Amino acid sequence: MSQFFLKLTALFLLLFMSVTLYAAETINLGVAGAHSGDLASYGIPSARAAKLVVDHINDRGGILGKKVEVWTEDDACKPELATNTATRLISKGVHVVMGHICSGATKAALGIYKDMNIITMSPSATNPDLTQSGDYPNFFRTIASDDAQAKLEVDFAINVLKLNKIAVLHDKGDYGKGLAEFARKFIQQSKKADVVLYEGITPGAVDYSAVIRKIKRSKAQAVIYGGYHPEASKLVSGMRKKRMDTIFISDDGVKDDTFIKVAKKYAEGVYATGPKDVSKHPLTIKATSEHKNQYGDDPGAFFLNAYSATLALLNAIEKSGSTQYAAIKKALHTEFVETPLGNIRFDQRGDAVGVGFSMYQVKNGSYVEVK
Amino acid sequence: MRFRFQSIKSSFWIAIWFMMLTFPLIVIKVNTIEQEIIWRFQNMIWMGICIFLIALLMQQLKQINLNQIKGLYIYQSLKHTKAVFVSYSRQWFIIVCFLAIFFPFLVSAYQINIMTTAMIYVVLGLGLNIVVGLAGLLDLGYVAFYAVGAYGYALLNYHYHINFWLALPFCAMLSALFGVLLGFPVLRLRGDYLAIVTLGFGEIIRLILENWNDFSFGPSGIAHIPRPPIFGWETNLQTASIFMYYLMGLMVLFTIFMVNRLQNSRIGRAWIALREDEIACQAMGIDRTKTKLLAFALGATWAGLMGAIFAAKTTFINPACFTFLESAIILSIVVLGGMGSILGVMIAAFILILLPEYLRAFSEYRMLIFGASMVLMMVFRPQGLISHMSKQYLQSSKQS
Amino acid sequence: MFSDTFSDTLLYFIELFLSGLTRGSIYALIALGYTMVYGIIELINFAHGEIYMIGAFTALIVSGIMTMYGYAGLSVFFTAMIIAAFYSSAYGYTIEKIAYKPLRHSPRLSPLISAIGMSIFLQNYVMLAQTSDFMPFPSLIPDFECLALIDYMIGGPELIILITTVVVMAGLSILIKFTRIGKAMRATAQDKTMAMLVGVDINQMISITFIIGSALAAVAGVLIASYVGQINFYIGFIAGIKAFTAAVLGGIGSIPGAVLGGLVLGLTESFATGYVSSDYEDVFAFALLVMILIVRPSGLIGRKTTQKV
Repeated sequence: MSQFFLKLTALFLLLFMSVTLYAAETINLGVAGAHSGDLASYGIPSARAAKLVVDHINDRGGILGKKVEVWTEDDACKPELATNTATRLISKGVHVVMGHICSGATKAALGIYKDMNIITMSPSATNPDLTQSGDYPNFFRTIASDDAQAKLEVDFAINVLKLNKIAVLHDKGDYGKGLAEFARKFIQQSKKADVVLYEGITPGAVDYSAVIRKIKRSKAQAVIYGGYHPEASKLVSGMRKKRMDTIFISDDGVKDDTFIKVAKKYAEGVYATGPKDVSKHPLTIKATSEHKNQYGDDPGAFFLNAYSATLALLNAIEKSGSTQYAAIKKALHTEFVETPLGNIRFDQRGDAVGVGFSMYQVKNGSYVEVK
Repeated sequence: MRFRFQSIKSSFWIAIWFMMLTFPLIVIKVNTIEQEIIWRFQNMIWMGICIFLIALLMQQLKQINLNQIKGLYIYQSLKHTKAVFVSYSRQWFIIVCFLAIFFPFLVSAYQINIMTTAMIYVVLGLGLNIVVGLAGLLDLGYVAFYAVGAYGYALLNYHYHINFWLALPFCAMLSALFGVLLGFPVLRLRGDYLAIVTLGFGEIIRLILENWNDFSFGPSGIAHIPRPPIFGWETNLQTASIFMYYLMGLMVLFTIFMVNRLQNSRIGRAWIALREDEIACQAMGIDRTKTKLLAFALGATWAGLMGAIFAAKTTFINPACFTFLESAIILSIVVLGGMGSILGVMIAAFILILLPEYLRAFSEYRMLIFGASMVLMMVFRPQGLISHMSKQYLQSSKQS
Repeated sequence: MFSDTFSDTLLYFIELFLSGLTRGSIYALIALGYTMVYGIIELINFAHGEIYMIGAFTALIVSGIMTMYGYAGLSVFFTAMIIAAFYSSAYGYTIEKIAYKPLRHSPRLSPLISAIGMSIFLQNYVMLAQTSDFMPFPSLIPDFECLALIDYMIGGPELIILITTVVVMAGLSILIKFTRIGKAMRATAQDKTMAMLVGVDINQMISITFIIGSALAAVAGVLIASYVGQINFYIGFIAGIKAFTAAVLGGIGSIPGAVLGGLVLGLTESFATGYVSSDYEDVFAFALLVMILIVRPSGLIGRKTTQKV
């Protein structure tokens, strides 16, 4: 009997070892973001982008002789779930992480990644503190931060549209309120315009007519709104229905085709900032067509940013020749990588050099870049 | 199993009813963004078949004769197994304790974290049990005290660099104060009015935290909340998780002890009297005001303590962590466990918290199954897992 | 900062007032469902907000189909509303049978938890069956040209909402006071056992209550969806809590109380936004609730039930 058990144990040990040895033969990429819940439309395209890039790379033979494996985890953009997700990914042995999607969730998870020396790159977390505070040396991103967006919006309103009475609104969320605070600060600093109103609206409320009337009373010439497209379209339609032609300027949460489709004719003339237009770039065209072939429809939000982030991360591993934290970090700072967003590398704080924002306007039912 | 024609007929009609009921939402998918309509008739067929089978099963279950079951061999053998189990209960208890103690070294940090979260909810459930289960005061805003504890620690640490251990008693006292603050206006309210006011209170706290940026940093929350220092040891993720686990284990034991003692104390009996009949209780000379306030304050204390631990564990808090849904889940834990029963609350907390985590595999259907389970558990066992049995005093057979 | 001529101030006040009435009417319509169900089985039906949402989605589907086949305008509006009301009632009826009827004799908290679970279930059910995105809702209420003059102050949709609420409340009051069914419902609410003894079918009365309440919620859903222009599976949650607050504010169990509570709540929120800040509008609403309940523990026009030992 004991002989049998000995053999059985030996067999198990062998299997166990071979499995772990086999597992060590892959490069593990963690992909974290909102894949369920109401912000899933912001997270699913990124997961798809990572998969497409990794499939390519594996077809070519992998990196440093090893295959790349993708581990996807859902955090529904909630900070407490994000910490769970981070722990889970670490338990799975990821070497680098592409994510998270929302700034709040990213902030929550970064502490854990930092402790474990895991490089994290986000395609969409735009909160400036993430790179500017210096608290997260392991964080990089392929999108410009919110203060750049706010500055662009304010400069455009004051210098291009020559406005001097601006109402700043937000959705009381981390992203929206952050942008609004920056916008207010920049307007006050410029001394060329007044913030006639600064308010937060409650997302999901039954109606917004009271706030809209307040905007009207304040005689603002434009509204700068920080938030996402559902509330933006409710505000814009409400304002236009009350015959208000207040200019509406918003952020990349609103620069989304869904906004136009939901607000329909009321979307006409709305300004929004978004990542620089790279639709002519050959890699962009290739990535977009791949997505269409694989999934049947156009890629959604942050697809190109995620595509670029994945390329950058894996390229850094390849160029540095290892999966060690310091080596990858150095490679990200020094090596350029060709992505749909352009030829980029990362500065000391973690922001991508060469990635910025432009202003767009809805003309005839689609966003057009304003030069 | 005999299927009577009657039950087949009624199951059939029930299936038809559900097919018709869910027809618009399940079959027709209208996308007004893309201006397209997708018809998915196969969903309707599946729904019909499933409902038919379920209805049939339910009818059969209703008709099962209890005596018939008792005669079955399977039932007898299960009963025998259960008896064997119970006779070894002391050994099982030791094994479970053993597993609990060595658990952190057997599994990954992720699993430890989940277990710690479950234990936090156990204590929260026991705390709310004091308010709802013992004193009978329906509190739908319990999460407010949780938030007070968490933000209390985070802000104290941020502004004054007070470390975790010093902050704990302060958070407890602060929450107790808030408990009394909530208690005063609601002294005269009964039942569901009390419920809505407590719900409002919970929402007010959350909204103030969200909007008063200067004080609470608003929606961006507070990050880098330090974990409790362990006397000079270097903490990384693994050791910190393990430490948290043991800390929570001790808290759970402490709470069980305290709640048990409270239940059997004078104030505990006053609460039970209050729950049973408020007017009679007052007629008996129990001070209603003091009793109610004490219930709120003590319940809040536990929530505050857990809030501080929660903040230290996740190192990042924001107002979105403290919504009404949290209160609802904690309330469900108390009700599901059987109001007033400590073991029941523990089991219910483990089920309600661990279930969504382990259901991650189902990702999209997770919350759906969660909601359905809540309904099913209530329908099939409304008195809770372990229904409350009042103490019985039996005369001993030995003459004194 | 604001130009402060008297007429401007007055106009602003009137606009806020009308805004508040509109919002309040929506709360009132949903609150009626809460209050009726509470009056008859003393249960806070948390799933009621979801029934409102299902009504809106059903109307979306119906109007989507009809628009595709070329119909438009008022015919779509009425058809969508009737079908939505029908389906919501069916959902209300079914939910009552599954989740509340078995718990009728259970401790008071069990049906509450069941309701919360049902609410979560329905939210996710609609999200999975349809979509998690925000769906634009066609504005089914046609533009009335005659209102063009005061259009900047109050539009067609707002007027329709107000009129509907008034009509509904009047209709419901007539139903409760003067019809046989109304009498039976009142009897069931007062004392179930006695009602059974005098021959009232309790189960039927309860079902009818749910049906009427759900239909009203569906009407509210269609109206608000046309007004706001988009819907999503989560709208029921917030609307539900607000409406529930309104019902309690007015005195839960009382039908005029629900309407009064809804209007008071809507007006408070509107004025709070207009004169203070939109940030704290919910805080004002709940603070108002607390204050009113301190002074009048049974709500504004709630029945004072004497407690018997």
